[in-house]
Amino acid sequence: MSRPGTEAHPLRVAVIGAGPTGFYAAEQLLSRRDLVVDVDVFDRLPTPYGLVRYGVAPDHQKIKSVTAVYDRIAAHVRFRFFGNVEYGRHLRLEDLRAHYHAVIFCTGAQTDRQLGIPGEDLEGSYPATAFVAWYNGHPDFTACRFDLSQEVAAVVGVGNVAVDVARILLRSPEELARTDIADYALEALRHSRIREVHMLGRRGPAQAAFTNPEIQELIELPYADATARPEEVALDEVSRAVIERTRDHTTMKKVEIIQSVAGRAASGKPRRLVLRFLVSPTELVGRDGHVAAVRLVRNRLETTSAGSVVAKPTGQTEELAAGLVFRSVGYRGVPLPGVPFNEKWGVILNEKGRVLDPETREALPGLYTAGWIKRGATGVIGTNKPDAAETVANLLADLQAGRLHSPAAPEPGAIEALVRERQRYVFTYDDWRKLNEIEVARGRAQGRPRVKFTRIEEMLAALGRA
Amino acid sequence: MNIEHVLAQKGGQVFTIRPEQTVREALAELARRNVGALVVVDGRGQLAGILSERDIVRAAARDEALFDRPVRELMTRELVVGEPGDDLRVVAHTMTERRIRHLPVVAGERLVGIISIGDVVKAMRDEYEGEIDILQIRVAAEHP
Repeated sequence: MSRPGTEAHPLRVAVIGAGPTGFYAAEQLLSRRDLVVDVDVFDRLPTPYGLVRYGVAPDHQKIKSVTAVYDRIAAHVRFRFFGNVEYGRHLRLEDLRAHYHAVIFCTGAQTDRQLGIPGEDLEGSYPATAFVAWYNGHPDFTACRFDLSQEVAAVVGVGNVAVDVARILLRSPEELARTDIADYALEALRHSRIREVHMLGRRGPAQAAFTNPEIQELIELPYADATARPEEVALDEVSRAVIERTRDHTTMKKVEIIQSVAGRAASGKPRRLVLRFLVSPTELVGRDGHVAAVRLVRNRLETTSAGSVVAKPTGQTEELAAGLVFRSVGYRGVPLPGVPFNEKWGVILNEKGRVLDPETREALPGLYTAGWIKRGATGVIGTNKPDAAETVANLLADLQAGRLHSPAAPEPGAIEALVRERQRYVFTYDDWRKLNEIEVARGRAQGRPRVKFTRIEEMLAALGRA
Repeated sequence: MNIEHVLAQKGGQVFTIRPEQTVREALAELARRNVGALVVVDGRGQLAGILSERDIVRAAARDEALFDRPVRELMTRELVVGEPGDDLRVVAHTMTERRIRHLPVVAGERLVGIISIGDVVKAMRDEYEGEIDILQIRVAAEHP
């Protein structure tokens, strides 16, 4: 048979995961003028957009406008969406091999890194990801409960997710009520007794991973004063040398922003943010099975051989009283059934997006990966575009070289029939467009961007299918 | 972005050679693997040095009969190594300033990978491209 990619024999590709990377991978395939490609995108959730819907904070709607780009990709006549269809549950690897020339796994980093310290599993200690998924109305997290009766919370980590968690805890109910935060989360946060949020960074202000607009916004919140300890935000010699050597203006600016709150007294706002640096939690101290405090060790900074800055414990310790702890120190991918995994880095075992056989280290024909499950959790949404482009370029090179897999049943109808046999409630992109319209209309009535459906039964009922 | 994110998509293989092996064997390995440098690891698994194309060229200019010499005599012993958590922007500066094209990566004492200046440039380019893309979308949303 001739090489796939023609009208008579389209190249058929399955994309697992409808987050940003899944859309960018689809876009790369569908925009080829020299090839006819069918792209089927599967997601275990009924709705598309992945972390843009369930990760990006509800008070950051402008970032969510990237979905307009995804909708344009989805409008392509050869794009199909199968929502509420889970790889490993409704579809196995052999099903995909029977129907597609290639599969691209774009499942992201679905779990958080542990701190690896005693007390981590006490009541009142939670992964930041669970809180984020909960306030964003992720269907798997609607039943979560967070102890918001506490007055002091600690957020371990100084990345943008940590900033999101701190900001949501520090906003007033009135501010949150203008967002598309899940209704149940809004209700729970209305009764929040949190007065103080401590963000804990193990290194100094120059090494904080959050970006400048995010930290600027956080220290200027209308409902919370911000402060930091002058001795913790002063630029140490090690960091100063690195900044001067790399002439890094962005980091210089970041340090200035942080230093602007050093020693700042409260102005009388109801809540308070305390930025802490050069401290690592060594234990969560419990009382009656619930977190009561975080034991911290002070760090000093050292330079590695390659010139970057690391934290080393000094042995000097302190205890921070806090009844609520969120850990936000990085994310890991979750292994997928039948797909080789690289435990060391928490990603699919791959070389530039080609999935490798763990024994031979040779590429497995027809299997690819892109996004966070390929390289780890790093970068902004847009970083996944060049990442997906690299994977698709390798896929198309393999197509040219005749190295792709030949499916037994490449007809588009065959896989659809199989999916519908295994999952009664498949959601199409048209279903999503209808749900989107309803969500936006419900939001308009309340002066909000949208009111989200958070349960699959609600979505089915709204579509008249329950 | 850190070194570990580059290593995550390199398949995890590091091509090594022992100090007592010959330059001939090293050249064959460089050609077979299509790489520019080999990490030199001794019998106890300790990092002993790095042997790059540049090391071989330099030695060949002085000694045309170098094929039988041991790797030990040509390798670079003064090693700069990276750690998985090292920030790529800083690493990029270190590599360009010190003219290092290949950086072995260690976790504790263990060799876990090697990154090239090409890997670093590509990762940084992807990061900047991604940031520009998102900024453009944000600007377009704010100024329709």
